[in-house]
Amino acid sequence: MRREGSPWHGLGVVFLKELSDHLTSARMRVLEWLVVLTALAALYGAIQQIKESTAEDPYLFLRLFTATREQYPLPSFVSFLAFLVPLMAIGLGFDAINGEHNRRTLSRILAQPIYRDALLFGKFLAGLATLGISLLALWLLVIGLGLWQLGVAPGGEEMVRAFVFLLVTIAYGGVWLALAMLFSIVFRSAATAALVTLGLWLFLTVIWSALAPAIASVIVPPDPRYAALGLPTPETTELQTMLARFSPSTLFSEILLALLDPSTRALGPIYLNQLQGAVVGAPLPLAESLTMAWPQAVGLIAGTIVLFVIGYVIFQRQEVRA
Amino acid sequence: MSASVIEALRLTKRYGGATAVDDVSFAIAPGEIFGLLGPNGAGKTTTILMLLGLTDITSGEARVLGHDPVREPLAVKRRVGYLPDSVGFYDHLTAADNLAYTARLIGIPAAERGRRIAAALARVQLLDVGDRRVATFSRGMRQRLGLAEIMMKDAAIAILDEPTSGLDPQATAELLAMIRALKQDGVAVLISSHLLDRVQSVCDRVALFQSGKIVLLGTVEELGRQVLGGGFAVEVEAQGEGLAERLRQVPGVQAVEETGPGRLRLLTQRDVRPEAAAAVVAAGGRLTRLSVEEPSLEVIYTRYFENQGESQNQGARDAA
Repeated sequence: MRREGSPWHGLGVVFLKELSDHLTSARMRVLEWLVVLTALAALYGAIQQIKESTAEDPYLFLRLFTATREQYPLPSFVSFLAFLVPLMAIGLGFDAINGEHNRRTLSRILAQPIYRDALLFGKFLAGLATLGISLLALWLLVIGLGLWQLGVAPGGEEMVRAFVFLLVTIAYGGVWLALAMLFSIVFRSAATAALVTLGLWLFLTVIWSALAPAIASVIVPPDPRYAALGLPTPETTELQTMLARFSPSTLFSEILLALLDPSTRALGPIYLNQLQGAVVGAPLPLAESLTMAWPQAVGLIAGTIVLFVIGYVIFQRQEVRA
Repeated sequence: MSASVIEALRLTKRYGGATAVDDVSFAIAPGEIFGLLGPNGAGKTTTILMLLGLTDITSGEARVLGHDPVREPLAVKRRVGYLPDSVGFYDHLTAADNLAYTARLIGIPAAERGRRIAAALARVQLLDVGDRRVATFSRGMRQRLGLAEIMMKDAAIAILDEPTSGLDPQATAELLAMIRALKQDGVAVLISSHLLDRVQSVCDRVALFQSGKIVLLGTVEELGRQVLGGGFAVEVEAQGEGLAERLRQVPGVQAVEETGPGRLRLLTQRDVRPEAAAAVVAAGGRLTRLSVEEPSLEVIYTRYFENQGESQNQGARDAA
């Protein structure tokens, strides 16, 4: 039996209302300033570094995103983003549904002629759009500063790479937004939801990358023949890479490596015989870099969809009453 | 199709092993104020949520304006206004903006929105604070804003869950007056409450809930007759000879007691004031005061459970 009416009815209304809430909220303003200031600091370091080293790099503009200053070690612009985008996304999503519960607005809104689908999806899209707007503004700021400070116009391919980088960053934020919204459905208290999401984020970003090699070497113990030669065992390394890729942060950094450093030829273990005939250090064409980053990008998007669907199913079955 | 706007037929809701609503049936006519009364946790809110399609029905059937809330929730929610228990609004928005958000969700055309919001706010006397943020509103003002939402929606049915809980007497009186105004517009109103006597004054019919079941259903008068076996007390103050005798012969009068010089108290099955007045005048008496005490739901409710307890004790003794 089909239910009557469209699940999308009211989606636009919820989306616009949530977007306007996000853009005017004090929380969002704090997060934006945090991102802009830290990003500018990183960018300043990068610009100094690029100016000091001779500009021989054919992808000078992309170095803006990845360069770090040698004397004063400050993380690069992308490592700042990898750290702050999840924080921003979690800040936007952690009280999406439990906030409505706690304000006691949920049953009143759901008594209007809309389905729960519209409310949940509208909130997710509004969060994603807010992230997109902020990141687009930041991206334009970086490009503008680069033009002004470096005095070099970026090439077409560089612009395409930088733009895909922007899209991937939004998708990366989407994963954390979906995770934060999932916990906002599961936990009635916004503080619990925020803490659990932040905890999981720290675990996946910081601890998991250290844990993955340990787990891999337990499951597939290193072969002593390789160890005697001082080489990693290929099977162990492969498992370790696979495990590490469960973390969105790993996927994101691999995509960035492929996109922003055109000389990257592979993500993960590579055999010497695979390098036969390769001109090491020569940049890959754009299409090749994109092909390399594609599985990771699909992983990020799929992760977002899976998390959203889990949240959707739980939300549909949840009782409305407090 | 009957003339009822809401029909509940053997509605049952189970959460795991616990039964929240057990085999509940009732029907509400257009323009009627129907009260779901009973203690907290008796299943009133669950019944309401089932009627709105906001929670699944375990068994039984509900019809709201001819629609099935499970299969056609949007059709039901388009015509039904709901004021939840301690309703919440977006505190950072103004009262008018809160209504505007709901109006867009309902799908009221942009051209009509402003007019209908203003009209609804005016009816609940919130027009002059319409551009103030809801964060500054008192509880009574929030409840009135909730009513304004229902009025703006032009709903055929208003479902109000505990609308008067936590309000001071004046705010309660204002709210009840607004609920009566809804009835005058032909809106059927379903009120749930645990405050029996306050809600009694507006309800045409009531259903008394006890642990998920409806134990009594009807007008207050009917329930009074059923449970108390009468329940009206007519106070007569009059000077004259043999009035007590005359009044005892009035149909419907069960007992007459003298409570003071020239003061009589009649226990009756219904309101017999016109007949009593005629009897006093016919006996040549001087009538100075005539008043009636309607049976209070509180009394009916308490007495009902006393009777239940007694019959249970009786049953226990019989079994022993």
